Amino acid sequence: MNDMDLLLWARGPGLQIALAIFIAGMLLKLFEIFSLGRKQDLSVPRPGNAAAGWKTIVSRSLPNRALLKRTFPTYLMGYTFHIGFFIALLFAAPHIQLFRNTVGLGWPALPNPLVDGASLLAIVALLLMLAYRLLHPVKRFLSTFDDYASWALTLAPLLSGYLAFHHLLLPYTLMLALHILSVELLLVFMPFTKLFHTVSLFIARWYNGDALGHKGARL
Amino acid sequence: MSDKLSLPVILQAHGISRRKFLTFCGSLATLMALPESMVPAIAAALEKAQRPSVIWLSFQECTGCTESLTRSHSPTLESLILNAISLDYHHTLQAASGEAAEAARLAAMRQFYGKYLLVVDGSIPTGDGGVYSTIAGISNLDMLQETAKGAAAIVAVGTCAAFGGLPHAHPNPTGAVAVSDIIRDKPIINISGCPPIPVVITGVLAHYLTFGAIPELDALGRPKAFYGESIHDRCYRRPFYDQGKFAKTFDDEGARNGWCLFELGCKGPTTFNACATTKWNQGTSFPIESGHGCLGCSEPNFWDAGSFYQALSTPLTPVGRAAAVAAAAGIVGGAAIAMHNRHTKAAAESGHQTVTVKDLEKPPGEEK
Repeated sequence: MNDMDLLLWARGPGLQIALAIFIAGMLLKLFEIFSLGRKQDLSVPRPGNAAAGWKTIVSRSLPNRALLKRTFPTYLMGYTFHIGFFIALLFAAPHIQLFRNTVGLGWPALPNPLVDGASLLAIVALLLMLAYRLLHPVKRFLSTFDDYASWALTLAPLLSGYLAFHHLLLPYTLMLALHILSVELLLVFMPFTKLFHTVSLFIARWYNGDALGHKGARL
Repeated sequence: MSDKLSLPVILQAHGISRRKFLTFCGSLATLMALPESMVPAIAAALEKAQRPSVIWLSFQECTGCTESLTRSHSPTLESLILNAISLDYHHTLQAASGEAAEAARLAAMRQFYGKYLLVVDGSIPTGDGGVYSTIAGISNLDMLQETAKGAAAIVAVGTCAAFGGLPHAHPNPTGAVAVSDIIRDKPIINISGCPPIPVVITGVLAHYLTFGAIPELDALGRPKAFYGESIHDRCYRRPFYDQGKFAKTFDDEGARNGWCLFELGCKGPTTFNACATTKWNQGTSFPIESGHGCLGCSEPNFWDAGSFYQALSTPLTPVGRAAAVAAAAGIVGGAAIAMHNRHTKAAAESGHQTVTVKDLEKPPGEEK
């Protein structure tokens, strides 16, 4: 199998398999979570907190002053990574072309140097995050295989995309194939690792916000 | 048919001055990405070069490679390099036909055994014993194996000979394969392209004449000097790609402004060839300059790489069906898990033993 064969496999059968596992896995997990059910809270809801769940989805994305002081590196690298990752994912021209082709939605691309810079920042943030995780005794104690696997699965597409764009390390065709394959690997494992937070964070935040709001907590 | 005339003699006979010859050597050096200091070495080697015998075998092909070579070069200086070799067998170009043609091939093979250069264009059908393409009653497969035995090196000209090309495309009814799939014990130079750039063919032959060895090749057996960089990287429209400016259709504002053709399916990023630098038709232009994206013709399996008009970053086949089936499976599986969970919960609830305060207050030993 040469580089081109690998690329064609990645763009063809590989994508079909990965996408199928991703969609089935995500739905499976969502059903699993929602079917667990929660005990009904029979108490009278406190007034003025009707939209507490929805507010919390947004508010938990904003920095919390107390936590910002205590875990500044986590905040800084977390924001840098997520913003950089989403710029690379959503505003690189070839990616937009993929969305246009698959879901029919498209938007203008950002210039390459911007996307490039954002990806590099995201990569650096991920590397620093790993170092922080390994050096911080509490973080290291709490880390499981899932954390490291999720980290590697996230870094792979960013790094391979960056290397492909700059023609580093491997021939472009091979690196592009590896880039697409790494994304497919990410899709395959997303429902079954902590990467599921891409969806579950909204559910968890809504639930927590709603439950706290019900009890009258100020959110 | 081969004679001992060296290149300078032939050049003089064609009225080519030494200055012109050296200029040609200079352009060859540039083409092959060699330093300027190599020009005298190339000139000296070419001057000394005897006309090597070349046997050109055409198998499952469209003659486009030969057309490309002959049309674009006659009557330029490059074509003289071909005059400088002794083309002892070539279906399309030789005067002889029938048995005389085959006799010429056999004679050249005998006379120059171990020394002749074998050029192949077209793929080799291997299905059903190779019956799909025969020459003088000999299957392409047999002819290649027989002729390759005495060859010093093999040049696979065109994507069909190099990678299988169009005949190899799905479903490949003739079982077509590349030269390198059959011949394993000879040096093979792949000059891919559909067709290859004429100057690349002559450049490789000149390299062989100059150094007596095959040039440095990439992983796919192609000379790095010509296939070292992608069309995308050398494309004059590359700045537009970097700026995110794309033509959306072939007649929109972007197309008229000469913006990048990536969204219209240009395969330049994964195609390695010299089109963007050497160009075609004696340096006139190349496909992208004419407003059409690169098809990726110098890469393996380019016919099976999806539509020519589909962007490189998009799926080869529609994913809707796989997604729908997966969604259905996910919903059914999820519902099954939900049912199971509910069942477990209900069983736990019904199996729950109630304990009253009275029960707890009973002194030890009196529990029920």
